[in-house]
Amino acid sequence: MTVGMRVGLVCPYAWDVPGGVQQHVGDLADALTGMGHEVSVLAPVGSADTDLPDHVVPAGRPVPVPYNGSVARVSFGPRTAARVRRWIDEGSFDVLHVHEPSAPSVSLLSCWAADGPMVATFHTSNPRSRAMAAGSGALRSAMEKINARVAVSEAARRTLVEHLGGDAVLIPNGVAVRRFARADPLPGWPGDGGSLAFLGRLDEPRKGLATLLAAFALLAPERPGLRVLVAGPGDPGPALEEVPADLRDRVVLLGRLDDADKARAYHSADVFCAPNLGGESFGIVLTEAMSAGAAIVASDIPAFAAVLNGGAAGELFRTGDPVHLAEQAGALLDDPVRRAELGAAARRAVRAYDWETVAAEIVRVYETVLMRGGTPATGVRLDTGPRATALLRRGVG
Amino acid sequence: MVAAAVLALVLFAFYLSWRATRLDRLHHRVETARAALDAALLRRGSAVLDLVAADGLPPEHARALADAATAARRAPEAERELAESALSRALRAAVDPLDAPRELHDHLAEVVSEARRVHLARTFHNDAVADTRRARRSRLVRALRLAGTAPLPDFFEIDDEPPAAPPPPAGSDTL
Repeated sequence: MTVGMRVGLVCPYAWDVPGGVQQHVGDLADALTGMGHEVSVLAPVGSADTDLPDHVVPAGRPVPVPYNGSVARVSFGPRTAARVRRWIDEGSFDVLHVHEPSAPSVSLLSCWAADGPMVATFHTSNPRSRAMAAGSGALRSAMEKINARVAVSEAARRTLVEHLGGDAVLIPNGVAVRRFARADPLPGWPGDGGSLAFLGRLDEPRKGLATLLAAFALLAPERPGLRVLVAGPGDPGPALEEVPADLRDRVVLLGRLDDADKARAYHSADVFCAPNLGGESFGIVLTEAMSAGAAIVASDIPAFAAVLNGGAAGELFRTGDPVHLAEQAGALLDDPVRRAELGAAARRAVRAYDWETVAAEIVRVYETVLMRGGTPATGVRLDTGPRATALLRRGVG
Repeated sequence: MVAAAVLALVLFAFYLSWRATRLDRLHHRVETARAALDAALLRRGSAVLDLVAADGLPPEHARALADAATAARRAPEAERELAESALSRALRAAVDPLDAPRELHDHLAEVVSEARRVHLARTFHNDAVADTRRARRSRLVRALRLAGTAPLPDFFEIDDEPPAAPPPPAGSDTL
């Protein structure tokens, strides 16, 4: 494996404002650094007294502009462009990795300013704004320089293929294990009487809330203190009918949670349930619960069985069978030692889906871009602009 | 009047130079992507032959893989896409149902990794070809022959779906 690459990451949105792209770039930078690569991140930074990690280089003050249907905080203009050029010139990077390259910010400026091995990751799947933007020659001239395009989702890939043509490889976001690893339980949880938890859309039958509530109805009469924490958007009505009226006050509906409370929710119950009936390709909720070290009972759909190492990292029950779920969950509620074992096993198993694994795939992209059939790659340089000799390079006429 | 005409001419020349530079860069991108793709295909072929040589595959799969890898390496340009696709299929047929013995794990991981690299390299190559072909469709480029004598690049179309990743070596007994 190539070790010790110098990677320049470009983030178009203000570093001190939370957002998906910023999060992605930060997680990737940490993972790459952990693998022994040298990383520098260029990003707009709002206030001067923001506590920045050492590897983040401020590119200028961001201004709010409407972009992609919301307000993005980006940097643009001659002063920012000068900083971008200096960063590229002094960075002597082996590869430049630009995020959201068509965003009118340091990303686009970097594409214009640099020449050499370039990778770009496309995050959004908003068909309209890119359609307008992709038309101009100036934007196309930036996009044309990119050697390797990566999309974080099938929707993002489709958007970029439709509007820019060409193709991209799909590399999904990693699970930020450390973000869920530690958190305080929500106030009042898990409580003394035992508790179960569920996260996900309440009114989507495939998420299996009805199965869990039917199992709860079986367990609750013998366990007077048992409660269920139910978090997620949607109407719980149909699923709640599984629970007799006198037990319903022990079903605690929290609605949609923000990220911080979501992390806390995974730490708030004795047993975490993933009762999905199918259709989950991966189970992001499951991997987040595993990151938190929760004791898990999950349905035995193939995706979950694979993620849970066939039951070693969490108990599996027969999909859609509330009796079996009640049995498994009941046994776990009575056995704190087994719960601790399962939680530790889950933490170990989720590492396969961690950012490190995803970053290894990104490194493979870098290596492919740098693999030039023997001739050594030259690294990233400043673009010297139009060359008159280019007209003659391939022999006119 | 003359000054304006000269200025317009200079600006137009500058614009042409910019377009030609872009085109030149696109051709260069295709060339490096093609070199990377060729290198990735060669490495996959070698990794497959190493796997076969490691001895541990069922004999019929071993023979099919060795034949496919050799055929891909020797295929003339016109038949390479078919030969490399055949190797991809032989690889999936041999690796996917395999309950691999422990001593093959490293070789298998290597083959799967090289197969993924082929997929990446081919995607990036065809992406570059698509950009270049679109740029060369422009009326200005065709009228003024800005592409010069550079040949129009061709897509490399193969079945490059890699086999499924082998389970991680540590703790995989529980699967």
